[in-house]
Amino acid sequence: MSGERVQVTIRKDLVEKARKFIEEQGGFDSLEEFLDFVLETVLEEEGPGSEMSEEDEEKVKERLRALGYM
Amino acid sequence: MVSQPHGGRLVRRVAHGRRRERLLEEAQGMPQLELDDTRAADVANIAHGAYSPLEGFLTEEDYESVLLHMRLSNDLPWPIPIVLDTPSEAARDWGVGDEIALTHRGRMLAVMSVEDIYAWDRAEYAERVYRTTDPGHPGVAKLGEMGGLLVGGRLELLEEPPEPFQALRLWPIETRVLFRERGWRTIVAFQTRNVPHLGHEYVQKAALTFTDGLLIHPLVGWKKPGDFRDEVIIRAYEELIRHYYPPNSVVLSVLRMQMRYAGPREAVFHAIVRKNYGATHFIVGRDHAGVGSYYGPYEAWDIFREFPDLGITPLFIRESFYCTKCGGMVNEKICPHGDEHRIRISGTKLRSLLANKQMPPETMMRREVAQVVMEFDNPFTE
Repeated sequence: MSGERVQVTIRKDLVEKARKFIEEQGGFDSLEEFLDFVLETVLEEEGPGSEMSEEDEEKVKERLRALGYM
Repeated sequence: MVSQPHGGRLVRRVAHGRRRERLLEEAQGMPQLELDDTRAADVANIAHGAYSPLEGFLTEEDYESVLLHMRLSNDLPWPIPIVLDTPSEAARDWGVGDEIALTHRGRMLAVMSVEDIYAWDRAEYAERVYRTTDPGHPGVAKLGEMGGLLVGGRLELLEEPPEPFQALRLWPIETRVLFRERGWRTIVAFQTRNVPHLGHEYVQKAALTFTDGLLIHPLVGWKKPGDFRDEVIIRAYEELIRHYYPPNSVVLSVLRMQMRYAGPREAVFHAIVRKNYGATHFIVGRDHAGVGSYYGPYEAWDIFREFPDLGITPLFIRESFYCTKCGGMVNEKICPHGDEHRIRISGTKLRSLLANKQMPPETMMRREVAQVVMEFDNPFTE
């Protein structure tokens, strides 16, 4: 893990679930590592980097309409 | 929700606007490498994210990792090397960090940053990927046409290569928007290089029964002699869909990509590419991407056990046949009747009938489909 770290508070029941998940599934050495992974995954999947601009999306839709797909 | 792209991000390496103009100008002064149709298609597939997470052709580290472990060096499943070959003399003056221009049919196609230039071993490639060095294997034979060096590095597309089936060519970003607009959350993709017979229709509809939509995704591009021609496959599917599929449940689009006949490895690769198109499920044939007897029955299914982290669900649907007692297409799992009631579909027999302009029995192929195929003087590649 790299980068400066900060403290946050998380619901206790979620922490317990996460610890149980790590224990059962493996693949993570610590709760911190697991939380880093979850956050990175969500941010990568849902973040602005993977989104199109409205203009781009409209162009895609125009083409799909022109081709008869929509 | 449709599948997340492989590696988490849909790659987009297409230059636009002023950047494209600048790169086009700069490319004039770069060393140039002319690509054939197959490699040009790879460039477009990389640039439009069909091969996400690849942003270019493989460097040696990834190449070795793919050959040995069927994974990229970052451990992501990736069973087929996507490489750019060049004759040794062409790359003599290139070095790491150089920019080269990739051309196709004399037109500027893309620019590429050279990150690696390395020698490769054809026999090792063949043995690992095709599990044979027999030059009778069509994929192995194609290796013999390749140059002695491989060049790895990121690329940026400047010009789309020509696409004869433009109206049916969709990129991953387009299918993803389309699926969302149709409200599909689960999409099953079907890879094909054949005209559809009743067995294909059966597995597609079986899968569609529990998914929201079906992506029929024929490969167009180089195939071995004797395979159906691209336009025949497309016309046959258009006819099948027109008569027998609910239009709002199916999307027909082409994928321009070389057929490698690499059996199990290629089955996984086909699934990964369809994941990038947004598919959540992928139908895997019993001898998927196989040829001759190079791969054993069900090997293309077994290999998926090695990839629990693939991110797309493979569907293994048993071989189907027509049962005269059941009165329809069924499979071993759902039909209790004996062989005397079962009419199995033979691809060889179908080919022979169609080549001789003889209508196949309706227990094998839809009449409308057969008619379309037989309208072509020669439906097969030469």
